[in-house]
Amino acid sequence: MQNSSISTGRKLYIRLMKGLCCLSAAITCGVALFLIGYVLVKGVPNVTWELVSTKLSYLDGTIGILPDILNTVYIIIATLLIVLPLGVGAAIYLTEYARNKRLVAVIEYAAETLSGIPSIIFGLVGMLLFANTFGSCLLAGALTLVIMNLPTVMRTAQESLKTVPQSYREGAFGLGAGKWRVVRTVVLPGCVDGVVTGCILSAGRILGESAALLFTAGVAHTLNDFFSGLGSPGATLTVALYLYAREPRPGAAEASFAIAAILMALTLVINLAAALAGRYFKKRSAL
Amino acid sequence: MQKQQRLAETIIHGVFLLLGLVTVGCVLLITVYLVLSGIPAIRQIGLVDFLLGDTWESTAAEPSFGILPFILTSVYGTAGAILFGVPVGFLAAVYLAKLAPPRVKAVVESAVSLLAGIPSVVYGLVGMLVLVPGIRRLFHVPDGASLLSAIVVLAIMILPSIIKVSVTALEAVPSEYEDASLALGATSIETYFRVSAPAAKSGIAAAVVLGVGRAIGEAMAVMMVSGNVPNMPSLFQSVRFLTTAVASEMAYSSGLQRQALFSIALVLYLFILLINAALNFFLKRDKER
Repeated sequence: MQNSSISTGRKLYIRLMKGLCCLSAAITCGVALFLIGYVLVKGVPNVTWELVSTKLSYLDGTIGILPDILNTVYIIIATLLIVLPLGVGAAIYLTEYARNKRLVAVIEYAAETLSGIPSIIFGLVGMLLFANTFGSCLLAGALTLVIMNLPTVMRTAQESLKTVPQSYREGAFGLGAGKWRVVRTVVLPGCVDGVVTGCILSAGRILGESAALLFTAGVAHTLNDFFSGLGSPGATLTVALYLYAREPRPGAAEASFAIAAILMALTLVINLAAALAGRYFKKRSAL
Repeated sequence: MQKQQRLAETIIHGVFLLLGLVTVGCVLLITVYLVLSGIPAIRQIGLVDFLLGDTWESTAAEPSFGILPFILTSVYGTAGAILFGVPVGFLAAVYLAKLAPPRVKAVVESAVSLLAGIPSVVYGLVGMLVLVPGIRRLFHVPDGASLLSAIVVLAIMILPSIIKVSVTALEAVPSEYEDASLALGATSIETYFRVSAPAAKSGIAAAVVLGVGRAIGEAMAVMMVSGNVPNMPSLFQSVRFLTTAVASEMAYSSGLQRQALFSIALVLYLFILLINAALNFFLKRDKER
């Protein structure tokens, strides 16, 4: 490149490798673009007001996905409500309280193991633990997802707790505050950004989850409010997509594409939110 | 007053300790449940017959429960996905970490995180309607739902994890290494492939292992494109993976069949634990260095 004295073989190698790198990046982008384009083009025309505002009716032979949308919202809310205190609490223990290094290593190893377990295994254990004891319902699905998302929330909260300057804690201790008071008034407000990021990441994961929910949350398409919904079985958007994709009845394929388009749009929104939150908090912590 | 406060502090410490131990409890719970529910069927069928038997006829009058087809399918499928996914992922990571101008890098990175965020059922749906008919037409086979389509879908699905972890590893290479190589007269591309990549090899190995874990654990997308028949694996035949074997029969299974499904899950779990151990090994080696 810089000089012409390098041999032809080396020049060829450089050209080839550079070309392959660009090609690989182009393939990655191309696949992403194709997926977005294909799903939106096939799906958006099928997203009608009737589809998103009614429920499945075998009598009229119409498909509506309002129950599935609501179930997804319910299960995200329920999971986050349970996983946040658990995950943030665990992170606080690890960064503020833990003295025993070996215990910290054990907890972190457990979190890593948990984040590597495939969702079908979570689904199976969730079925044994929750669905077989109190029936398959959204709550059983949410509890399964709590176990699944615990490492994510814990990790992000931990990262942001580490950014709270040690001097803040020392200052509070120097004024005579007890440990709990320091945690509550100094440390916790500092990890808001980690909690928000953790929430966004978990919401994205819950939105896309299907294997863990199939045998825990059930496959019903009934319309419920939040509390009765938690106690009764219900399919989320992803599960509904899976069910409709295999159903031969008229309109099912269109419905599954419509759901895919909605899921794709929500994925875009969540990615954008995660990027914006990351940028916002970085700017704030730089001040 | 002070005594009371100390008591309160101790209680709060205890509460946080409990919250910290929830994760450990979950892992133990999952392990114990899988072992307890997986062992009975293996005992009844016999370990060798179960692992090495090559026919799975769970609903036949004289059922046979051999999961060798599933194990081999999972291994072949994962290997195939790695074969396609790792070169593309690694080269794209080199492009992102070293070659790309900042603006292009931001665009490609958002495409990568989008790929990571797309739900697996959407991959399954697109695979089912584009890839499966495409393979049928391209290779003139009676049914496109095959190991090959599962491999292609898995290769795409593991791309984001491979790219992200490799980029992190490549960016962590000390710039002195690269400067020294450049000063010795190597061109920038030669430096990236002969100095930076070997220096980041632990991180790249971790990326590959992570990809293996993702591929072997994927259920829904694979279920929608692989045809789901318990054949011995072959590229153009309909096959069933360890994950899909569990998922496809769970809804209607009972008795020994159901227990055998739990045993399959146990086998899958052991695979995952092995992969996690390998991942930890590579990541730790990276940190120590």
